[in-house]
Amino acid sequence: MHIVVCIKQVPNTTDVRINPETNTLVRDGVESIINPFDENAIEAALQLKDEHGAKVTVISMGPPQAESALRDALALGCDEVRLVSDRAFAGSDTWATSYALAQAIKSLGGADLILCGKQAIDGDTAQVGPGIAEFLGLPVVTYIRKLELLDDGARVRVERVFEDGYEVIESEMPVVLTVLKEMNIPRLPSLKGRMRAKRAEIPVLSAEAIGAEEEKVGLKGSPTRVVRIFSPPKKTGGMRIDGTSPLDAARLLVEKLKEQRVI
Amino acid sequence: MKDVPLKIDAEKCTGCGVCIKACPFGALSLEPREKFDLPESRFKRIVVVNDACTGCGACVPTCKFDALEVIEVERVGGSRVEDYRGVWVFAEQRDGEIQDVVYELLSKGRELADKLGQELAAVLLGSGIKESAAALFAWGADKVYVVDAPGLKEYNTDTYTDVFAHLVEKYRPEIVIAGATSIGRAFIPRVAVRVKTGLTADCTGLEIDDEKKILLQTRPAFGGNIMATITCPDHRPQMATVRHKVLKKVTPDPSRSGQIVEEKMEVGDVRTRVVEVLHEMQNQVNLAEADIIVSGGRGLGKPENFKIIEELARELGGAVGASRAAVDAGWIPAYHQVGQTGKTVCPKLYIACGISGAIQHLAGMSSSDTIVAINKDPDAPIFSVADYAIVGDLFEVVPAITKMLRE
Amino acid sequence: MVEVDYGLTEEQLEIRNIVREFAEERVKPVRAELDEKEEFPRALLDELGRMDLMGLYIPEEYGGFGGSTLDFCIAVEELSRACIGVSVSFAANALGSYPILFAGTEEQKKKYMTPLAKGEKLAAFGLTEPSAGSDVSGIQTTAVRKDDKYIINGTKQWITNGGEADIYSVIALTDKSKGPRGASFFVIEKGTPGFSFGKKEKKLGIHASATRELIFEDCEVPAENLLGREGMGFLLAMKTFDQSRPGIGAQGVGLAQGCLDEAVEYGRHRVQFGHPITSNQAIQHMLADMATKIEAARGLVYASCRAVDKGGKGVSKISAMAKVFATDVAMEAAINAVQIFGGYGYTRDYPVEKMLRDAKILQIYEGTNQIQRNIIGQALVKEYASKKK
Repeated sequence: MHIVVCIKQVPNTTDVRINPETNTLVRDGVESIINPFDENAIEAALQLKDEHGAKVTVISMGPPQAESALRDALALGCDEVRLVSDRAFAGSDTWATSYALAQAIKSLGGADLILCGKQAIDGDTAQVGPGIAEFLGLPVVTYIRKLELLDDGARVRVERVFEDGYEVIESEMPVVLTVLKEMNIPRLPSLKGRMRAKRAEIPVLSAEAIGAEEEKVGLKGSPTRVVRIFSPPKKTGGMRIDGTSPLDAARLLVEKLKEQRVI
Repeated sequence: MKDVPLKIDAEKCTGCGVCIKACPFGALSLEPREKFDLPESRFKRIVVVNDACTGCGACVPTCKFDALEVIEVERVGGSRVEDYRGVWVFAEQRDGEIQDVVYELLSKGRELADKLGQELAAVLLGSGIKESAAALFAWGADKVYVVDAPGLKEYNTDTYTDVFAHLVEKYRPEIVIAGATSIGRAFIPRVAVRVKTGLTADCTGLEIDDEKKILLQTRPAFGGNIMATITCPDHRPQMATVRHKVLKKVTPDPSRSGQIVEEKMEVGDVRTRVVEVLHEMQNQVNLAEADIIVSGGRGLGKPENFKIIEELARELGGAVGASRAAVDAGWIPAYHQVGQTGKTVCPKLYIACGISGAIQHLAGMSSSDTIVAINKDPDAPIFSVADYAIVGDLFEVVPAITKMLRE
Repeated sequence: MVEVDYGLTEEQLEIRNIVREFAEERVKPVRAELDEKEEFPRALLDELGRMDLMGLYIPEEYGGFGGSTLDFCIAVEELSRACIGVSVSFAANALGSYPILFAGTEEQKKKYMTPLAKGEKLAAFGLTEPSAGSDVSGIQTTAVRKDDKYIINGTKQWITNGGEADIYSVIALTDKSKGPRGASFFVIEKGTPGFSFGKKEKKLGIHASATRELIFEDCEVPAENLLGREGMGFLLAMKTFDQSRPGIGAQGVGLAQGCLDEAVEYGRHRVQFGHPITSNQAIQHMLADMATKIEAARGLVYASCRAVDKGGKGVSKISAMAKVFATDVAMEAAINAVQIFGGYGYTRDYPVEKMLRDAKILQIYEGTNQIQRNIIGQALVKEYASKKK
């Protein structure tokens, strides 16, 4: 069984702050991490590998620096990695990204199972997983929290979470699955794995290598465009309750909330 | 640089670096001029742009020397824009019940359709759902496309994609909006890829550009740190999803009526099959629906301390939320998590206890009507969004509020 | 944070990163619960096994990482920063392994070290007895040769990982008449008939670790389980302690660093009289002393690790110095951290309360700090005496 996991390197948005004076993003010292949901996707793949035996290939589309995310994947025990990187991909939106990743998977000879995180924490679109499935003509099940193989890996049974419950779904393979955090607890890398990964060569797949059509990648291939970026409107006029006893603070708050008819 | 949509004028750039901070994508940096084949200059460094540039133009006005310019990159393979007309809302139903978000979308859809002078249609897919169609007129729909087939009884990404994409190709709407629900977010991206158009997820604002008559789709990015307005200029339909509770509902007008268009379609074989459906979280107050949420964070210190959060929530008839830190520590199950990686909520009252206010959390709750924050750190970022900021020990303040409410 | 450059290798830095991540993500969230429930950290040790860390000190030929004493101590330090109840369970595994590594035959090492390296099995070290604490010569457990077996009788006390471990290195007298020179080490596996466990101790701190009695009642052990030769036991024990003492020092450095981390973080946010308490010079001086002593202790512990790896004379002295100094620093740091936290520090809502309870054991186990000073003192007298000649 060949499992392909698609991951993205993202800034750790929990570290991102806004400079209150300039109202711009402070990126200094913000570390780059594997998108947290993608870590769950990697873990799901590795668990299948541990249980049933599988080859796990991790691919990531991004600038050359995204290589470090793939090294982390290698350290966790993934068998192979590919960095899908090319100047031509610059400015890709989710349509063009899905296309490029689908092409990359094709160039690897396809897969029996394709796993993605639910969404990336920087863009939050949750569109690339379903997009890849569409380009590859494969079924997709999003937001899964449990996964098991049926019939010797001919089919999968998954639990898909929706707003107030979940459904059990069976799908034929190959299939694209996007996974939730509650799916598993990602393992930590092993020491030997980390040392191996440090020294590994990270193969790069160019636009040409994946047979991507020029007009379908990068800005040219992206139907959407960003026309304006601005800071979210700030809340003003908050009231500070400080230096009073807890009881007085509570009394004041309850009075205010009642006054404002909030409660 | 090839394909990067930003031009930097080497003669004008002084290497001051002011623009770097303005870039939300980290695409700008300073390099020594000598690294490039550039004419002599009294400045040592120059700004360079990398592949992360999206051409958003946020940097352009920050440059005092007019050294930056966004270049229009030609898009290929657009649609015949003039062939597309009308605003569509995906009328999501579950077990025959139209979802609340649909009414919000129709309310907004009506506004957009009026501005364009076009009709508003709802698209209803399911089995035995015809009766529900008429109710959609009251919310502003002029027309309802109904596909009623046994094969659509349960949601399935394959069939929904097939049917919806078929309708789009046949009737060519100019705009399609859908709820950013677990269903909408699963098949709408597939539809967008299939009909080759753009899709903007989780929009918080939708407007028609007065001049170009195109849809301006505004959404938060980087965990709500910045807002981005996105368009889809050359492809149709222009597609967007919107989260529940983001748009306001109008008052329905039961006297309105409209046209029902029944579309017969063969629903083909599916590759995925629902075996079982379980509504497990029904007994708890649904976070996304709650009018009042009391949330706890790292400041609680340990799982048992969620008790005081629960008590206050019970007193207020609200739901219990949690920050990512509390969930990651294993103090409370993940479905209580509010924030970018959890649920986005918009209650009337949000009380954050012992939550520092990491961007990731703020992204999920900052649009709440009234926010109360209780934290012992006077500089906690949560206070910047709070209407009432109580600097104090939550272990004292929260029980005091509960007590006050009981009296 | 700015860390002092101790000339660590790329591998050592990686060990530090990986264990730090483990301590942050896995140990910190559960340490209070483990402490409260007095629960052995089995799941954590299993995961450390999967991460190749249980075999950190075991040579590569037995499936380990082949790491040095310093490699090992870096791991112990980082674990201790979060919880020494966990780190002692981790380190006791090595303690139980050293007699096998030092004196075992190729066959014995293959048999016992391979599963230990993978973390599939756990080891413990059995020396202390009710009447043989600091005075090792007081041991009374006997091993009597009978055909191709030894019959073991006696009780071992306060054995870390007791009951949880699978493989025990146990010292017993094979020749009572020779006193300490008549002691020998045996490998005894859990489940051997006649080998049972006594009560689990209720301790002041390190609640996550299991401390139990080992009871041997006519316990028959195959003769091939003897480590080395008869009579080598005492020397082997001393060699083991020389090897392991820097690890206790590393626990001290880690715990002290954990106290400092907590105290500075708390102090920066605790506002009294309108200012964070860290703006008070009194607090700053306490923190400064803590930080200075921790760095000195770290330097000494790392130096002792390198000395142990090099071997030769003077190892006992420097490893005793590292143990005594770093653990005294840890005790002081814990006391001061609680002081900085004030009333909160005395409650279980904050981790420094546990750190203070935990710290005390560091001055006691693996040779009390008084015994360590004896070792240092005796070494000094010996060194200077030989110099005069």
